[in-house]
Amino acid sequence: MNGAQDLGGAHGFGPVVPEPDEPVFHAAWERRVFAMALAMGYTGAWNLDGSRAARESLPPAEYLASSYYAIWLKALEKQLAATGLATPAEMEAGRAAEPAKPVARTLARDGLEQRFRAGFPSSRATDAPARFALGDAVRARNIHPTTHTRLPRYVRGKRGRIVRVDGAFVFPDTNAYQTGENPVWLYTVAFSAQDLWGESGDPGGTVTVAAFEPYLEPA
Amino acid sequence: MNQHHGDHDHVHHGSEISPVEARVRALESLLTEKGYLDPAALDALVELYETEVGPHLGARVVARAWVDPAFRTRLLTEATPAIAELGIGGRGGEHMVVVENTPEMHNLVVCTLCSCYPWPVLGLPPVWYKAPPYRARAVIDPRGVLAEFGVTLPETTRITVWDSTAETRYMVLPMRPAGTEGFSEEALAALVTRDSMIGTGLPRALPVEPAEMPV
Repeated sequence: MNGAQDLGGAHGFGPVVPEPDEPVFHAAWERRVFAMALAMGYTGAWNLDGSRAARESLPPAEYLASSYYAIWLKALEKQLAATGLATPAEMEAGRAAEPAKPVARTLARDGLEQRFRAGFPSSRATDAPARFALGDAVRARNIHPTTHTRLPRYVRGKRGRIVRVDGAFVFPDTNAYQTGENPVWLYTVAFSAQDLWGESGDPGGTVTVAAFEPYLEPA
Repeated sequence: MNQHHGDHDHVHHGSEISPVEARVRALESLLTEKGYLDPAALDALVELYETEVGPHLGARVVARAWVDPAFRTRLLTEATPAIAELGIGGRGGEHMVVVENTPEMHNLVVCTLCSCYPWPVLGLPPVWYKAPPYRARAVIDPRGVLAEFGVTLPETTRITVWDSTAETRYMVLPMRPAGTEGFSEEALAALVTRDSMIGTGLPRALPVEPAEMPV
């Protein structure tokens, strides 16, 4: 969706402000929101793409005015309500009023570190041949889905070149809505900075994005 | 998403807690009562990402690549298994790509759409990486962003910006500082900063000899 999260190339946000000796978390509640979001994601009630979709579909003004973990919290509450795992009234009260709904699994302390150190790969097997090869000229399609997508606006309609064939991966655009992992080929596509930004582009510069096959057409 | 830190966490007096703190505590109680969460698992997750996983791990990978050419080749060819050789890997780094800085090419990593970042080698991202100024400008004005980090590259050094739009996670292999011949891997790792692995910084300069230190 063309939401507030799609920030590449936007003006007016001011300088980058690094914080010296920055702590990992800035408040106790941030720790709990971080861990709750991961643990609830682990239940299988939704997936990472669904979480990203929930975060980026906050109203743009609210998204931009919220701190990072505040966005996570609001999205988590939204997902809990949408799946019926918790009602807004229960969240307000902090007490259960309805029976729990079954979840596929819960995150136990035992074995947790091993699970997270092993990771959760999103590469998948596919029988479909890759449509593009290394070096191919491609164009990012000029699409504007109102739903979740990982094709940033600043490359849409632009011509680039395949610099890596990454393999087949879960397709976020459908996976976010639990309508199927639908594995598709993923490519790294390089664009000339001046093709993207005209004279404002860094001379000789390159910007790459990781683009799923449905985002691309031959050029 | 603003750059302010802990903007809802003001603890005013004594045991008074902020509205967001109260809301988060209520949510955790509810989800625990419903059996979806084990608070001990949350504690373990926080401990893992607050104290164990961090840029010191990426620094080990970089130092190994600086001293071991065969490892460096494996790292640049197929990063995930190479990094796993050091016992490093996991969530947010299942599909790693390492890009190498040279005098001709500087690499810069960003996620314009959210906050994708190679957790197993760098830990959780700093606020500036997740906030709009960096996400907006890294792709359109990388030299301007680098200048804000105090990095000025020669005009002849070209820049590639890697926008992390899928599950591929990028780490920069910075150039080994001159004058470090014969350094141990451990001493080299101490020169590798987090920002040098994102591309917004360079490795630490060598310690200045006492005689040369400004007074």
